[in-house]
Amino acid sequence: MIFGKMIPLHITNYTYTTCLGAGRQANWDALRAGVSGLKPCDFFQITDLTTWIGEVAGLDLILPQHVQDFDCRNNRLAWLALQQDDFFTAATTAVARYGAPRVGVFIGTSTSGIHQTELAYFENHGSLPEWYNYRTTHNVSSVAAFVQQALGTSGPMMAISTACSSSAKVFAAAQRAINAGLCDAAIVGGVDSLCLTTLYGFHSLQLVSPDKCKPFDRQRSGISIGEAGGFALLEKSDSAGLYLLGYGESGDAYHMSSPHPEGEGAQLAMAAALHKAGLEAGAIDYINLHGTGTQANDNAEAKAVQKLFGSTTPASSTKGWTGHTLGAAGIVEACIGLDAITHDYLPQNLHLQEPDEDMSIALLKNPRAQPVTRVLSNSFGFGGSNCSLILGSL
Amino acid sequence: MLTCYLNAIGLAAPGLPDWQRSRAVLQGSAPYVPVALAKYKPELLPPNERRRATELVRMAFRVCEDLMASSTIPMADCASVFASSGGDYPIIDQICRSLCEPERLVSPTQFHNSVHNSAAGYWSIATGSRQPSTSLSAYDDSFVAGLLEAMCLCEQEQLPTLLTVYDIQPPYPLGDKRHIPVEFGVALLLTPQPGAQNLARLQLHPNAHEDASAAQPALEQLRLANPAARSLPLLELIARGKAGKVIFTSASQPPVQLQVEPC
Repeated sequence: MIFGKMIPLHITNYTYTTCLGAGRQANWDALRAGVSGLKPCDFFQITDLTTWIGEVAGLDLILPQHVQDFDCRNNRLAWLALQQDDFFTAATTAVARYGAPRVGVFIGTSTSGIHQTELAYFENHGSLPEWYNYRTTHNVSSVAAFVQQALGTSGPMMAISTACSSSAKVFAAAQRAINAGLCDAAIVGGVDSLCLTTLYGFHSLQLVSPDKCKPFDRQRSGISIGEAGGFALLEKSDSAGLYLLGYGESGDAYHMSSPHPEGEGAQLAMAAALHKAGLEAGAIDYINLHGTGTQANDNAEAKAVQKLFGSTTPASSTKGWTGHTLGAAGIVEACIGLDAITHDYLPQNLHLQEPDEDMSIALLKNPRAQPVTRVLSNSFGFGGSNCSLILGSL
Repeated sequence: MLTCYLNAIGLAAPGLPDWQRSRAVLQGSAPYVPVALAKYKPELLPPNERRRATELVRMAFRVCEDLMASSTIPMADCASVFASSGGDYPIIDQICRSLCEPERLVSPTQFHNSVHNSAAGYWSIATGSRQPSTSLSAYDDSFVAGLLEAMCLCEQEQLPTLLTVYDIQPPYPLGDKRHIPVEFGVALLLTPQPGAQNLARLQLHPNAHEDASAAQPALEQLRLANPAARSLPLLELIARGKAGKVIFTSASQPPVQLQVEPC
């Protein structure tokens, strides 16, 4: 049984597309330059929300004929992300090597293509317009079905939707499926796109910041919503490279839209990830924090991290660059963690000027060049859904 | 191959009000009469949450609480998988309507109820379970996708695992584009090892060819009417206390065969 330590799973390719740009290089260049991708909200001619957003450029693309049924903002973003870093080729090569039924697809999303339904309702909510296709656009599973068809896989396919932990949890589900023999390789990822539901929804909860988000800062005032897509190819192999070393999942059992104030669920997730990886806390070189910029999240997460890691493990939230990309946050931040290992470089906690007094964790106000072997990445979501991943080079 | 033990079942659909009272219909010894379900008040939810619980959350709780009644396994120890093809269709409809108004007022409760893991969140609050929980969709194949993830969680993490699969009818106008004519919910409690009480041993094998249909024509119609009702051939087999296999084939998932052995 492997409910103790897991067998490391090789990450043979990865890619991410955010408001910073399409693909790893564009994102990393912006991270190195310290330039945020956030801008004042001008999405869909919104004039009554004072907030900042992370919008991906280039979504006016046209999907290929055979997947055109899936056309919507979210799947265009998925398509754009699939084209970067030779990911599409790597994935289709894996499909050819293992056989289509032996490759699984596990994609995280929070709202999938809901914007398409918003557009349909705007046009006519008496009777929805002819062009509107619920299954291939808005349904939670649409993005996973789209990836399955675009890449030609026929193994297990599911969309995991646990709010902001969605695309971290895909790594756990894929690892289990591979280990159980349901597939030999998996395409995991996450895609979430801007929509009115999340912009006005988070606004109603008074969680959106009127300013660029400032995670962990004393003056922080909420989240900036972003959109993003990212993917990773997971295979069983023992050659040198980047690996998923551990994952930990937990529930807060506390509240639907606020984290446990002491971060008890977050601690459980991080501790479980360390356990799966067979590592002590001291083996982690860098923590990519969930760090949304809300009072409640950052307080709870700082307490949880402090409890497990003390106040020396360098940590930062990268949402000041990308915004909170919700269901895509897990994959985006896993990819940033992998890039940190690749480049031996820790990105700073952008927009952090002065942390809260009682936050005694090693928040990075400035970037740091140092050897990086193992990274822990946190993703916590509504409904108290927590997931921590440990990534490393072997 | 994955192996799990089925500890308890919860069920709710028109004419199938709970597991115990549905067994005769599933065995074929009583006719299927699709009587509408009475409104359900989740017992485990604190009053505040109960007030906010939507029709979808009530359906999930209904089958989970039905299952609990016949199990001695503490729910706080259980991992969970909540599978629903589209989640809370009525809430999505309400939010999209609100966004069409000039003020675009989305209520905070509506918004947190709109997440696909809302039922899982309420369940974790109600039972105090901090174990892993996955909420997922694979459209019409959500039952088999949920079963795969639940059996993986159960066997691989060695945790008792609750699988809940449910869908309710989408309201107009969404219902024009997503047709689910009848509500259906099912909950299965799986354990990694045989316990004091087992309904059956379940073994999942990849590869199979033909989809299993429900044995009874009236139930076959129901099976096709709601993604969660794809569980019916399995439920019939369990109700009859018979060994056999259930085959799930679909467009989006690899075909799998579930070997059922009463124990």
